[in-house]
Parts: sequence; structure tokens; C-alpha cells
Amino acid sequence: MKASISWLKSLCPTELSVDEIVSCLTMAGLEVDGVETAAKSFTHVVVGEVISASPHADADKLKVCEVSDGVAIHQVVCGAANARPGMKVPFARVGAVLGDDFKVQRANIRGVESSGMLCGADELGLSDERVGLMELPDSTPTGADFMEILALPDDLIEVDLTPNRGDCLSITGLARELSVLSQTPVQSVSCDSIDPGSSQTHDVNLHAPEGCPRYVGRVIENIDVTRPTPLWMTERLRRSGIRSIDAVVDITNYVMIELGQPMHAFDREQLVGAVDVRMARNGEELVLLDGKKLTLTEDVLVIADQEAPLALAGIMGGERSGISEKTTTVFLESAYFNPITVAGKARRFGLHTDASARFERGVDWRLAERASERATNLILEICGGTPGPVVVTDDDHAMPKTQTVELSHSRIEQQLRISLPSASVQQMLGALGFDVETVDAGFRCVVPSWRFDISIEQDLIEEIARIYGYNNLPISLPAQALGMASISEAETPVMRLKHYLVDQDIQEVITYSFVDPEIQAILGDGTAGVRLANPIASNLAEMRRSLMPGLVEAVRHNVNRQAPRVRLFETGQCFIPQIDELDQSERIGVAIYGQSTPLHFSIDRLVDFFDLKGILNGLSMINGGGELIWSPSEHQSFASGQTASVSLDGEVLGIVGRLHPKLARQLDLPKPLFLADLKLDPLLRGQVTAFKAISRYPKVVRDLAIVVDDMVKWQQIVDAVATLSDDRIQSVELFDVYRGPGVPDGRQSLALSVSLQDPHGTLDDQAIQELVDQIVCVLRKNADAELRG
Amino acid sequence: MDDLESIKDDALALIESSDSLAQLDDVRVKFLGKKGLISGQMKTLGKLSAQERPSAGSKINEVRDCVTDALEAKRSALEVEAETQDLMRDSVDVTMPGRPQKIGGLHPVTRTLSRLNRLFASMGYAVATGPEIEDDWHNFEALNIPSHHPARAMHDTFYFDDGRVLRTHTSPVQIRTMVSEEPPIRIVAPGRVYRCDSDLTHTPMFHQIEGLVVDKDISFSDLKGTIITFLNRFFEADLDVRFRPSYFPFTEPSAEVDVQCVMCEGSGCRVCSHTGWLEVMGCGMVHPKVFEHTGVDTAVYTGFAFGMGIERLAMLRYGIGDLRLFYENDLQFLNQFHG
Repeated sequence: MKASISWLKSLCPTELSVDEIVSCLTMAGLEVDGVETAAKSFTHVVVGEVISASPHADADKLKVCEVSDGVAIHQVVCGAANARPGMKVPFARVGAVLGDDFKVQRANIRGVESSGMLCGADELGLSDERVGLMELPDSTPTGADFMEILALPDDLIEVDLTPNRGDCLSITGLARELSVLSQTPVQSVSCDSIDPGSSQTHDVNLHAPEGCPRYVGRVIENIDVTRPTPLWMTERLRRSGIRSIDAVVDITNYVMIELGQPMHAFDREQLVGAVDVRMARNGEELVLLDGKKLTLTEDVLVIADQEAPLALAGIMGGERSGISEKTTTVFLESAYFNPITVAGKARRFGLHTDASARFERGVDWRLAERASERATNLILEICGGTPGPVVVTDDDHAMPKTQTVELSHSRIEQQLRISLPSASVQQMLGALGFDVETVDAGFRCVVPSWRFDISIEQDLIEEIARIYGYNNLPISLPAQALGMASISEAETPVMRLKHYLVDQDIQEVITYSFVDPEIQAILGDGTAGVRLANPIASNLAEMRRSLMPGLVEAVRHNVNRQAPRVRLFETGQCFIPQIDELDQSERIGVAIYGQSTPLHFSIDRLVDFFDLKGILNGLSMINGGGELIWSPSEHQSFASGQTASVSLDGEVLGIVGRLHPKLARQLDLPKPLFLADLKLDPLLRGQVTAFKAISRYPKVVRDLAIVVDDMVKWQQIVDAVATLSDDRIQSVELFDVYRGPGVPDGRQSLALSVSLQDPHGTLDDQAIQELVDQIVCVLRKNADAELRG
Repeated sequence: MDDLESIKDDALALIESSDSLAQLDDVRVKFLGKKGLISGQMKTLGKLSAQERPSAGSKINEVRDCVTDALEAKRSALEVEAETQDLMRDSVDVTMPGRPQKIGGLHPVTRTLSRLNRLFASMGYAVATGPEIEDDWHNFEALNIPSHHPARAMHDTFYFDDGRVLRTHTSPVQIRTMVSEEPPIRIVAPGRVYRCDSDLTHTPMFHQIEGLVVDKDISFSDLKGTIITFLNRFFEADLDVRFRPSYFPFTEPSAEVDVQCVMCEGSGCRVCSHTGWLEVMGCGMVHPKVFEHTGVDTAVYTGFAFGMGIERLAMLRYGIGDLRLFYENDLQFLNQFHG
């Protein structure tokens, strides 16, 4: 809401400065977003009258004018096309200063003396458009100070209203607030009722009283729409951000800004029969004032005649019945539309109008008649005409009811920790328009008809707090018995995992939860993700099923910026459709690309599968739970033979592997990229350590070299040894893998380091040999292993 | 006996002239080995009379001890020398770069969130979380935002065909907590939120943290105290804080909170649009309708809630000028936030 300070002060004549008003309103919840001046500063500009205008002898486009400033006649050379004898126009005398530094001086223009300057609105900072001289109404007194004529200087404030304060979408509403805050009595706009000069009326039927319980109509005949809108009105409209259209439309807009009641004027001659306020019929069409054609549905309230809809109720009028130069009789609408009926409709049609903004938030339901009188007054004053009687058509049952809200003293004290005398409470609420009556424990407050945001005690508490000043209220901290949080030891905080990865030189990223459906399809398992109905872009249209699309994109971003080594991780919710619900659990993803270490003369290799596997195995150890189990896996987008499915305690966590080189090339990733995407929760769920006795007897390490088939997986070796379930075998580790001369083709030599320790005694040579023999034997049996000679 | 003396002199000379451990060992074998010269002398004792034997034996022993000592002395000298040479060979240029041990970093949003969680934990708040794809009831209805409410228009909601939404704020977690837990409640709910809006100052996904306290006798002054304390702790400075009446459907009274500009300390700068104040969060007393929806007895309990944008706090804290940097994931940006 843009408001002129001078207009505001005309209704609330406070002594406060503009800065003080801004601060006052802002701190009362009516946030002032910006302040600007209503015009450039200028001096020595008066109302001039052009006496004559004749062509310049030496220039086609210039005119030589004689201009009266009420005291003398000045010769002025002027280039404006609309300069003509008899017009009133702002005249800057010699010595005038326009804006910060433009000085008007005596000049000689192509041999003709020019003393002063005729001004366009743009030159005075009253408009951004250059449309020749600013034409003033003929009645403007010649010689009058132009600053005074325009009530300048003036400042404009932009008030950013919250949706609950529709009552402040008018100068009257803002003045009401300012009056309470500045303790200045408010001046109300006079809306004297006008005696009808004719008996002309127009029938109105309320077919949808829920949507429109009251419709105030008035016919005004014999008006002259061609009369210009007076300068004071166009100027106030301009300062409210509204362009002048014609006198009747300007007046309805003016009343809307002044009082807060949106109005509409129909050209009565275009109306066919009675006016019906009804829900639209499906498929009905309406061409709006702006030429836009709408197809309506039955949840849209319209004003219609017996032929077709005329207007979108509370939003915008239609073309057919709009005011034109030929209009002589208007039918003036001033109605109350239910906010729920109007809400969302404008937006649905891509509209946002001053009327819809007000009706959606709620317009004072007792205002329609007064607004009609006010508009009639102005129309008669400006356009002349003969008014018919005001006709109120309403439905009592559907009208809003007067609300009464009780407020207790103890509630004020409990919520705000202040103790206010009854008189203060009554004074604050009374000034805001409440009818306040004291009752036993507090007050009974009748809510004014313009407040749609007050229905419970807390709403009144906010009003008290607002007027008292939020910053004047006391400050304390909540008192609470000291409890103790329960902290699970078995559960690892996710931050622990993040810190581990950071310590492994991996950078956390946060990527969007919506991803490119195409990339997701390529990286996914063939099932679809959840699609947004209104994505912001087609490449952000599907909710991620895994963290891989985001990680790949983040790797690409950095590889494209010459990063030689990219190591990223992310945790976050992923969205996997299940049969009857949506799995929204958290996942953890890691991507490593490029050099295995930062550049150093001693190491030079690219990352490989075992780098990532090592990182993830470490990650899985943090919670003290089981070991990750890695099994070979296949995926369309991963390199065959470098891809594994990872599980923990029998639960599959996800996939780890190398992005297929062909796909990597398509994504401009020339080096191998290894990716992991795992369920997060199982990695956080561990168990509290249960101590096992340690052996006090020496540990023996024996190395074995075995030769097995290429296709034998290390996991088979580990599993085979595990079948012995001998607690003296502490571990079997792989310390060398060899293929080549000395080992038959198709076979590999594995060097194993076996740790043996007996918890109950020292292992003697014989026991050690027996254990080694058992291991060799089980490996021969389960993995076709031979001992290497 | 001359024999013995010359053997000793020979041995000592050979020991002295040895310049490797291998050579020294040859000397040891030659004189002290089983078939060595000194060992051979011992065998001659048998030919002597019982009177001569002890003195001859002790002389041989003296020579043997003398040679043994000389051998040991030479051996350790040679060992020291050999090790010194090894070390010479292994010497490095200590000014060359060490093997790199780098660390990654947390995203500044995580870093900020984690700090917020810790600050609120110190005040007794627990961390609560909730789903990002929400139903209309949790995201709007239960928060007193019915479908016709103008506040819905402010939310720029992402929808799914089944009517569900991407949560537009972390407030649904309030609802979930109040439905499932009995007061007293003290939680913070951090997480991702979504609005269908993207320009210089908006990203379609961002982060919020929501706080909720429900207990007997919670007042607006408790809310003020909590917020003021929090802001001073977060910015680690004694900053002015002001509360402006505002509107949120789920709180009443509601307030916007401004903190004295951390960039210019309130004197006015580009960041605070020359007002000296930064709008950092919204808050208010929990609306009775929200309590009704979640089954909290309004006759017994009151509460307050607050919510703020994490990116905004991180930008102010670290002096980041462009919101979009958070989601480009450029390492040159991210690398600045270590640990």
C-alpha cells in the first residue's frame, strides 16, 4: 500500500515527522518498506497561462509563447507540441531551480529571447513519461505557487501489510492506526447522504448470498464523463500508484484508496435487465476491461445481467459494461463480497487487482453505503448528474455477525508479564475502534466491522502488546525443572560420520532435492521417481531417489573448473516410492574422482575402487556394528567388474562402483569416477560394546601363499576360513596378489597372513601346524586352492 | 711362547686394518675360530707338564681376551661407521613438501546448523526432524492456514499430483512433535524447505530451523529473552534486538525480529539497506488453534515458536554476499569452511 503523507495527515493531523511516522507504523506491525518524495524539489514554479503561441521564425518545432504568471507577461520559447493559447501550465520563472541543479535562466534561442520555461510533468518529477506540457485544469488560478497547488512537498510511504491487516489498505485505515499511535484524533471523511434527484433504480438479485450478502447500487443519470478529473484527485491517485483513466473511474479508485471500499461503475445503458449477483455457469465467458477473455467455472462469483456476466465480482469489471466517453448514466456498485469466495480467484486467472487484494483480506462490511454516498458526492461535484436513491439489497443471514471477544486481566498478565490498569486497556482498544465494556475479570470487546483478524483473546493480547510496544514488554527466560536428555550410546550422531568423511579429505556438498529426470533415469534402477506438479525447471522436476545425480553434477561442476581431484559427500532425504507409501529416509553418498592424493612427488595414481571401499569400511566401523559385506553387482551405468552391492547385517544398503567410462565421457569426466549411495540409518545404529576377555598368551603369525582360480573372490577365502569356527584363528589378511610367470594362466597367487592366538594357553609348534593344515585343507576344499611351493 | 706373542701382534694388526665387518669376521675365524691360531695354542697345553700348564694357559687366555676385546671394539666402530653411511645415503631435503594430509569441510549450512543445534541444546532443546514431502494438513491446515487463506499465496508451494507438497517451512515438525509428545516440549527442528521461487535472492530449496517451547506459564517475555540470548550467543556480540508486530497464522501475538546490523554495527550499510537493522527471524506465541489441532490443552499450556533461515544467518556470519553460492557446490567456495 502506497500512501501520501500529506493525505494521511489530512485525516490524522499529527505533528510527527515522516521518519517518526515511518518508525511508529513499522513498530506497530505496519512495516514501511520505503519512503520517497512525491516530486522533485523545485522553486519559483507558478501556474502560468499561455496567452499566445506563434511559430518560431527559425525553427519548425519551436513556438514562441507569451505567458502570464499573474503579474507580468513573459516571452518563452517552447518545444512542446501541445503548447496553445489559453492553456494553464506549470511555469518556471527565471531563477527557478528544478530538481537538484537545473537552473532556469534567461536565454536566447535561435535569436529569440526566452524568459522562463513551460514544464512537463516529467521535468517536475511528477511522472516518468514525457508527454509534452503538463496541462492544468482551466480553473487553476494563474500565478498560484505550484508547490501549494499540488500540496508539495509530500512524501510517499510504501507500507508492506501482512495479510491480516486488510483494514489498512486505505488512507482511512492507516490514519486510524496512526491516530492511536500518535494520540491524535482522527478526522473522518464526510459521506453525507445525498437526496435523490430522481427515482431511477436498477434491480439487483442476490442469488449467491454467501458470496455477496450486501449489494449497494445507485443510478446516476446525466453525467458528463468527459469532464477532467481535478488536479488534486489525479495527484493523490498518482501518489497512490494509480493512473488517471476518466473522471468516474478515477472517483471509484479514489474512494477505494480513501475509505478502503472497492467500487465499480457500470454504463447503465449497456445493462440488459436486472443485475444478478450469482455464481458463474461452467463455460460462461467474460471479456475483462483489459481485453482478456476468461472462461468461467461455477465457483466464481460474477455480476451479471440477463444476458451474460458483466464483471468478476470483487476483482475486475468487464469490457461490455465499462465506462466510455459516451456514457451518460452509471450504475454504481458498492458491495460486500465474502473473502472466502473471492480468495484465490484472481490468482487463478493470473490477475492481481486493487479490488481483489482488498476483498480477499476483508473489506469493512458496514462501509458500502457510506462509500456509495462519498462517490456520489464526488461524481456530482465533478461530472454533474442526477442521482437516484441508494438501494441496499442484502441478506441478513449471510451478513457477517458482530463479534464479541472476552479478554481477561489475568491473561494479559500471564502472556505479557505486565499489569495494566483497566482504563489503559479500554483506552487502547477503544482508540482502535473496539467497543469495550468491563466485566468481572476483564473486558468484553465488540470487534469493529473492519477488523477481520480479531476473533479470540490472543488477538486482543496482540493488539495490547502492539500498542504498548513489543520492545517495552519485559524480558525473561523460560523457567523449567532441570531434566536430563536421554542420549543413546548405541546410536551414532550423523555429525560423527560427517566429521569422519571430512577427515578423509572429503568435502560436504548440499545439492537440490529435485533433479533432472533424465540423469536420474540413467543412474537409477529403472523405476520412476516422484514428479513435481509445478517444477521450477524441467531439469529440476523429479525428487531424487539417490544422492548420485546431485553428486555427479557437483563433480562435473568442479571438473569443468579444472579441479584435478574432487572428493564429495552428501547426506539427506531421498524419496523412493514404495507400494503403498513413500520412503523418505536419509541416505549418504560419496564421490571420488581424479588423483588419489593431492599432488606430491612420491605418489602418483588415480583413485580406484579400493580407495572408496576403504573409506566406506572405515565409516561403517564408527558405530561399532557389523562389517560391511561387499558382493559383486551389475548396473547399466556402472563399470562391470568394479561395482558392488553393499550390505550390513543382511540389509542391502546400496551400491558402490565406478561410473561406466562411456557415461563418464558423455558427462565430460575423462578420469574414473567412483560413487557410493547408501542408506544412512543402519550406519548410525550400532551397539554398546560388550567386553570380551583378552588373551594373555603370545600371538603367532604365519604366512601362506596359495594359488586359486582368477574367478575365486577374496570373500570366498574369508568365508572358507570362517567355516572352521576356531576362536584361535584371529584373522586372515591379504598382503599380496600376484598373477604372472610361475602361476598358471587363469590363476592367481594370494599371500595370506594368518594370526593365531589361543585364549587359554600358549600355542605350541604342533598346534600351530595343525591349525595351518586345517586352513590349507578347507581352502583346498572350498576354493580349490593349492599351497604355492 | 714367542709364537703366542707374534700371533697376538698379527691378530691386532689385522683387526686394526680391517675396514668391513666381513673382513673382521675373517680375522675372528682365523684366530678365535675352532681351528683358529689361538684355539690351536690351547691344544698345545696338553704337551706341557702339570707345573707349566697353568701359567701357559693363563697367558693364552690373556691373549685371547685381548684379541676378543680388540675385535669387539673394532666391530662396534665399524657398525657405527656403517650406520652413519646408511643415514648419509638416506638423507632427505627436509624442505621438500610433506606427504599431503588434507581435510575436507562441512558445508557452511551444516556448519551453521550444527552450531545452532549446539546452542539450543545448551538451553535444553532436543533436535526433531520430519519428512520433506508433507501432506497439506501438517504443512498448512494444522498450522491454521486453511486452503482459502491469503497466507498460502505467500508460500509459493511445490505440489505433487496426489495433493502432497514439499514442505514450505519446518513448522510441520512442530505439529508432529505436539501430536506425538506431551508437554513440556523444547525442540528445534532444522532442515530443508522449499519454495517455488528462484532469483538473485531466492533459491527453490533452502534451510530453516524452527524452535518450539510448550509448557505451563510460558510468556511472550520468555520468547523475547530466548531470542535475544540466542542472537547474542550466535553472533558472539552484544547486539541490539528489536521485535516488530507481524503476522503468521500459527502464532498470536506474532513478531518479526530485527538484530542490529552485524556488518556496520547499526550505523547503516548496503547489507542492512541503510536501516541499521537486519530482519533475521519470525516468532510468536503458539496460536490456540494450533494447540487445538494437535491436542494440547490450552487451559494448561502456552508456548512459543520461532523460525529462521539458515542461509541468511550463514551469510551474515561469514560475510557471504550471494545466496546462490550455497548450491553451486564450487570447491573454491566450500573449501573456505574447514572442519
